[in-house]
Amino acid sequence: MDIHEYQAKEILAGFGVTVPQGALAYSPEQAAYRAREMGGSRWIVKAQVHAGGRGKAGGVKLCDSDHEIVTACEDMFGRKLVTHQTGPAGKGIYRVYVEAAVPFEREIYLGFVLDRSLQRVMIVASAEGGMEIEEISAQRPESIVRSTVEPAVGLQEFQAREIAFALGIPPALTQAMVRTLLGCYAAFRDLDATMVEINPLVITSDNRIMALDAKMTFDSNALFRHPQISELRDKSQEDPRESRAADRGLNYIGLDGNIGCIVNGAGLAMATMDTIKLAGGEPANFLDIGGGATPERVAKAFRLVMSDSNVQAILVNIFAGINRCDWVAEGVVQALTQNPVEVPVVVRLAGTNVDEGLRILAKSGLPIIRATTLMEAAERAVTAWRNDQAQNTNVRAI
Amino acid sequence: MSIFLDRESRVIVQGITGRIAQFHTKEMIDYGTNVVGGVVPGKGGEIVHGVPVFDTVKQAVAATGADASLVFVPPPFAADSIMEAADGGIRYCVCVTDGIPAQDMIRVKRYMYRYPKERRMVLTGPNCAGTISPGKALLGIMPGHIYLPGNIGIVGRSGTLGYEAAQQLKDLGLGVSTSVGIGGDPINGSSFKDILAEFERDDETHLVCLIGEIGGPQEAEAAEFIRDHMSKPVVAYIAGLTAPKGRTMGHAGAIISAFGESASEKVEILSSAGVTVAEHPSAIGATIARLMKKAA
Repeated sequence: MDIHEYQAKEILAGFGVTVPQGALAYSPEQAAYRAREMGGSRWIVKAQVHAGGRGKAGGVKLCDSDHEIVTACEDMFGRKLVTHQTGPAGKGIYRVYVEAAVPFEREIYLGFVLDRSLQRVMIVASAEGGMEIEEISAQRPESIVRSTVEPAVGLQEFQAREIAFALGIPPALTQAMVRTLLGCYAAFRDLDATMVEINPLVITSDNRIMALDAKMTFDSNALFRHPQISELRDKSQEDPRESRAADRGLNYIGLDGNIGCIVNGAGLAMATMDTIKLAGGEPANFLDIGGGATPERVAKAFRLVMSDSNVQAILVNIFAGINRCDWVAEGVVQALTQNPVEVPVVVRLAGTNVDEGLRILAKSGLPIIRATTLMEAAERAVTAWRNDQAQNTNVRAI
Repeated sequence: MSIFLDRESRVIVQGITGRIAQFHTKEMIDYGTNVVGGVVPGKGGEIVHGVPVFDTVKQAVAATGADASLVFVPPPFAADSIMEAADGGIRYCVCVTDGIPAQDMIRVKRYMYRYPKERRMVLTGPNCAGTISPGKALLGIMPGHIYLPGNIGIVGRSGTLGYEAAQQLKDLGLGVSTSVGIGGDPINGSSFKDILAEFERDDETHLVCLIGEIGGPQEAEAAEFIRDHMSKPVVAYIAGLTAPKGRTMGHAGAIISAFGESASEKVEILSSAGVTVAEHPSAIGATIARLMKKAA
């Protein structure tokens, strides 16, 4: 689960990381008022969206007056910010964070992340922070400072010092850097984060180590023990269909195609999408309805997939292990009887009680196209979709 | 014996009194698995499907000689249960629980390393369907009837995609020596590489089927292992060629991820390591049949 920059800064400040003075605003007027309240003569207005790359996309503006703050905010509020991390739909701006501008000498990149290879927390840092960090790491991987944390004892001071010296932090600031690193690690560990990133971490003109930006992502499997973090969830930053699905225990990701998929298991769901593509179609979504494919879940899945107006055919692929095909078939029949759909539906069942399941589908009298293998199912879905499209075109022509 | 289990393996189920755990305990017993007990703190003395329940793993091991365990415990308590199994003398543990916090798993892995190698428990999972050596024993939640006994080893991250492969093999009259689910979580007990090493040593396994998917470094690591250390043929399928790139916040993930995390890169790396990659999931069985024929 992602949170906003201002929330991450508040959390990290609680762990001893120095951050600029700032205030949150929900309107241009409030932003200007907050800036006046804060004092100073130069501020930064930052769009609060769950994505990086805001600077390049126009989501961060330097302002020298009330008037400039209002203008910058009017340009941001209500707009969708599209960065390379948001996807083409972008993310809506409903809050801005106003900060006192801080003059600085140097920018550093600092990240904490779960390393899947070593299965430990890894710290990555670069003496050259800022907006080009991914390019720097791709072109000069040796310039990236890395350090892994031994889980039994946590991050040690000597490791933090090593990182500080490797980054060329002036000796007078080593202790401040160590404090920052230990603070970030403590926040990562204590709150079950999966990512903490400060980019840039700066050395200010008055010689302080300060986090000018902050991002945190949390392990959704651990939210049960961090209710204060769960409360920071901002649904305005999520795809509405995906969050509706998540609330119903379904794992859904919308795509651009027109063949809707209903599958149990994430691996099989991806395999189904791949097979549709191979058969000449385009999947409309990824949908994993989970292990227990109960009739209710199947019905919910149909409603969810049909809520995408691009869907022109549906492929159901269920491998019944724990649950039985007859049960899944009943779910499909129930869903289609209660909420008839106007697009072709292809159902492929495999596993426990498959014959009984197929019999139930046949007996229902519903126009369900059956398939035995996944390849066959994908081909039939694509063919049915093409025929259906051709027919509709003919009807319109008449 | 097969790589982790055989008819004599003495199995306990941690969390045996739960509704779903009871269901699967029954399925495992019906399959012929030698289930000797269960562990649920505070429910010692009860009987489930004819086997005794104990308060602790140590009590269960002392009373039954258990050497394998299935962890069927809810996510907040699962890591603790795995460590209890590791400390209690269990040699092989499968954890099917989905939703264990990543940092709990980091602690579990660290904890397991406190034991010398000869006493260290092997863990597969979490978030997996389990392990089956057809005709011998089933430790997990997979439907036993889709697996024929035979000489093909299966290792995969996804449960239902593994079933898909087993069913195709059965339809072609081909059987499985052992099928191991390593689970879909970022931090897991055993990697592809660990299981491949077991299959390479196993006389009953003549060919290995590896079922991977997009994300993570384990398929690329497996490819390196296959190239350098495996004499047996390997067939692979990688799911996720059309999956959209994950929308991850921040740069840290991109900085540490190496070449070989996308599905197409995995296909490329495995192919160049000598692995035969099935083009689509429905072709897994036929691809294996072709190679088995060639080897025979």
